[in-house]
Amino acid sequence: MTDAAAFVADVTAREAQTATGMPGNIGLPHAKSAAVTVPSLAVATVPGGVDFAGPDGPATLVFLIAAPAEGANEHLQILAKLARKLVNPAFTGSIRDAADADAVAAIVTEAVS
Amino acid sequence: MKFVAVSSCPTGIAHTYMAAEALEQAGRAAGHEVVVETQGSIGTDEIPLSVIQDADGVIFAADLEVKGKERFAGKPTISVGVKRAVHEPAKVIDEAVAAVASGVATPAASAPVPTSSGPADSGLSRVRKQLMTGVSYMIPFVAAGGILIAISFMLAQVAWGGAEGAIEVTAADQVAVFSDFDLGSLQHWSIVLLATGQLAFGFLVPVLSGYIAFAIADRPGLVPGFVGGAASVLVGAGFLGGLLTGFAAGFLALWISRWKVHKGVRGIMPVVVIPLLSSLGIGILMLVLIGRPIAALMGGLTSWLEGLSGGSIVLLGVLLGAMMGSDLGGPINKVAYTFAVTGLATQGLASDAAQYKIMAAVMAAGMVAPLGMALASTVRKKLFTPIERENGKASWLLGASFISEGAIPFAAADPWRVIVSSIAGSAVTGGLVMAFGSTLVAPHGGVWVLPLIGNPFLFLLAVAAGTCVTAGAIIVLKSMRATSAVKEEAAAVAAA
Repeated sequence: MTDAAAFVADVTAREAQTATGMPGNIGLPHAKSAAVTVPSLAVATVPGGVDFAGPDGPATLVFLIAAPAEGANEHLQILAKLARKLVNPAFTGSIRDAADADAVAAIVTEAVS
Repeated sequence: MKFVAVSSCPTGIAHTYMAAEALEQAGRAAGHEVVVETQGSIGTDEIPLSVIQDADGVIFAADLEVKGKERFAGKPTISVGVKRAVHEPAKVIDEAVAAVASGVATPAASAPVPTSSGPADSGLSRVRKQLMTGVSYMIPFVAAGGILIAISFMLAQVAWGGAEGAIEVTAADQVAVFSDFDLGSLQHWSIVLLATGQLAFGFLVPVLSGYIAFAIADRPGLVPGFVGGAASVLVGAGFLGGLLTGFAAGFLALWISRWKVHKGVRGIMPVVVIPLLSSLGIGILMLVLIGRPIAALMGGLTSWLEGLSGGSIVLLGVLLGAMMGSDLGGPINKVAYTFAVTGLATQGLASDAAQYKIMAAVMAAGMVAPLGMALASTVRKKLFTPIERENGKASWLLGASFISEGAIPFAAADPWRVIVSSIAGSAVTGGLVMAFGSTLVAPHGGVWVLPLIGNPFLFLLAVAAGTCVTAGAIIVLKSMRATSAVKEEAAAVAAA
């Protein structure tokens, strides 16, 4: 990440196009941004909820996907694989129930490998 | 059931794939097979064409324009945003099943399904597909309207007890008849048939224009396309004007739909803004820019014809015949027809007056184009698409009844070849009728007014000769085209 503010602006712009809230109180902000050098994923649980205009209210589980503006095909393929997992309630449920950050990382890594 | 789907989203990294997964899972859960093509930032993993061909229905879960949409043409299709596919995939699958059940096809219903995944379509073949979409929607109107009018002429013979019936039925005051309808009156029934047929015919050019625009711009093209077609009828530009308005309306609507507009306006773009602006544009084009030159052309041709009246009568017949065959109800055809009908109104004519010969020549020539297409599509089936062959069957009756519109679907699909052939045959017929000296005292009716024709056998001979010339010419011209193109087209229409 070269410029956090620029990335936030890109994510906000993407969110303005169509909100990324999903069923199951999940938010999925994401963007392709020139400020991103390596595709990355951040996972956060927010007990208080953040509004991503999802169908069943504020999101308590948020996935933030950062992808570079171009190139890095194999990383994008990993993101695509992850995206497919996100519609699986068992997968999102296991992340929600994960004890700590290491456990989340383990679940995600296993899912995309 | 088997479904194929396309998913895409603005960023192409998340929803595209979530939608794909969601649809596949929901499909499996409901006992259907769903194969999804993700058009995302990694690129497109194309569904094999054989899989598409086997599919019962298509789901577009795409926020971007679907790439290679023509591959899915002709299949029952639903379009949902990518978000709905993620949020409620089961409902989307249900809708797709319903669409298959009701058989709602993609807009470009007559677009070819390519037999191999070759390079993208050339511009020309895309234009042809758009043209064929318009033509395929127009043909039922031609058949229904034309046959109703022909039956009305037949019935009128009985109702009025003679060939005069075909004239009487068109002269009747329709509104007066309908307001005081007599269920037992055969005359009234024939007037109902005629009026219904005329109403169907009123849609020919608007439907042609509207569905060409639809094939180009999808739903936003419909309104300007139909309005443009109606404007073309209003200014007398005929089906050639309708082709112009169809393409102009389609590309105008498509262009407007690509404007970058404020979010608040985006919602009303397809329903209000695009139809409003594009209709206005097309209206101005036809009524202001095209209307005047066409009126000038018709005026010029009319006075030119009047100047020719003293000269060689056979040459005049050739000219009038060529004009009748040129644009099938367009401005040139109308000038020739009006010229002949106006002559009939002259008082105190001898039974072999030039005016009656002119009327005979004009009617005979006007029968040639549909008859020629009917003959050609019967003897050389392979040169015509299946829908053209079907239309060809109706064209026999339409041609015999002097309903030149029967040839419009052929001419709209392949304008220059059909028009050249039609002009050649109609000119021959027009000249021959003049040379034979056949006469006609009725303004229309085709073979149904045969008793009103002087030298009817020579009249029919002249029609037959022109029909053979037109059929021969179109067969030669179409044969010269690469046979592969015809095959592709035939496959396309068969799939529609």
